[in-house]
Amino acid sequence: MGDFFTTFSNDLPQVRSGLWVTVQATLLGAALAFVLSLLLGLMAGSRLAVVRVVSRIVVEFFRGTSLYVQLFWLYYAMPQLTGYQLTSMICGVVAFGLNFGAYGSEVVRGGVNAVPRAQWEAAIALNMSPYKRMTRVIMPQAWAQMIPSFTNLLIQLLKATPLLWLISAADLMTVIQQIRDRTGESLTSYATLLVFYFVLAYILTMLMNLLERTARARLGQRPDKRSLLRSRSAGDPALTGGAAQ
Amino acid sequence: MSKFDWNAAWDALPLLLNGFKITLLATVLGTLVAAVLGLAIAVAGRAPSRWVTVPVRAVMEFIRSTPLLVQLVGAAAVFASTEPLVIGVIVLGIHYATYTSEVYRAGIDGVPKGQWEACRALSMSPRRTWQAVILPQAVRNVLPALGNYAISMFKETPFLAVITVQEMVFEARKYAGDHFQYTEAFTLAGLIFLIASYPTSLLMRKLEKSLGH
Repeated sequence: MGDFFTTFSNDLPQVRSGLWVTVQATLLGAALAFVLSLLLGLMAGSRLAVVRVVSRIVVEFFRGTSLYVQLFWLYYAMPQLTGYQLTSMICGVVAFGLNFGAYGSEVVRGGVNAVPRAQWEAAIALNMSPYKRMTRVIMPQAWAQMIPSFTNLLIQLLKATPLLWLISAADLMTVIQQIRDRTGESLTSYATLLVFYFVLAYILTMLMNLLERTARARLGQRPDKRSLLRSRSAGDPALTGGAAQ
Repeated sequence: MSKFDWNAAWDALPLLLNGFKITLLATVLGTLVAAVLGLAIAVAGRAPSRWVTVPVRAVMEFIRSTPLLVQLVGAAAVFASTEPLVIGVIVLGIHYATYTSEVYRAGIDGVPKGQWEACRALSMSPRRTWQAVILPQAVRNVLPALGNYAISMFKETPFLAVITVQEMVFEARKYAGDHFQYTEAFTLAGLIFLIASYPTSLLMRKLEKSLGH
């Protein structure tokens, strides 16, 4: 028991840098996924059939082929095919972004569809341009509804980041496993690692709860105080790995 | 820099399909564990005593918020002498049980209150209430959702390759490493996943619609 924590405290700089790699991959992957979600989700609601079909194919492709395979393909197969080698961090961010962006687009599509018809009609009746209709009327309402699902996806993304270890990025998992290899304390090492991820997940959930409160407040809804500390279902794989919707 | 080598792809295909059998086996067994354990957790979560419900929820929340990969690798390191496939199926099953239990919970909540009251009025034992009245109604409603979890578990079985279960991605990595044909092996593996999961998800969507969800 003592061995692990002695080594752990001696290796704090490495742990900190591993933690940073994990956080960075999560946030950058989430940013890319968010942009793709909006793009693909709004494309799915387009009037043009071509645009809808393109969005559908991209979404089904990235949902259907397993994140693990996508990551390996980017890291090992793409350099062979094209001659370009991406760093493991960029591979991770791109794979997370594409995969979770595909799932997120369904969230956007669902959120936009859930805005009552009358709101669309009112915006048209007021002669708003399509852009203004989207940014002023539809999105603010859809947004508040989409946040809980995005929270789930974000936690799923965080839970996918240990994959970086497999493509030799020095993420949190890699660092803790190095300590474990030196001390031979498997149980303590992996338990500590799990606690790290649990705390990260809880912090992200609270930040997203805060975001949801702000979005709801802008719509004139007052959430109860406890909503900030509430932990959600912490990521539903039917949303991310499965075929729901 | 090389182009896609069709001969290598043809060469790797039988190996991948062989690994695919293990992938399917792990998914089916994992789903079974998740389906049974999830039900147990859901019923335990409704126990009358807080001494049962609070720890059950805490453990569930913890398992659910932490990465499957770490759980797998950790379990494989701690129980080093156990067969990897067994560890894989159990860890996968426990991880997904924390999700399926929510599904069951929703299904149980969906059983009308009158049914519970009727059972009490007939002075049925708790065991008989669950067995004869509540569960038959709850379980039927949750089947499509369980199917969705089976599909997502299918896409996470590649994690088992890390603890040396010889499923499809394990075979793909091995073939790729031996022949230095990464492109072919991983492209094929991805395509097999796509071909297997897309029709299944269409089927699940149909089933959900036909059950009126």
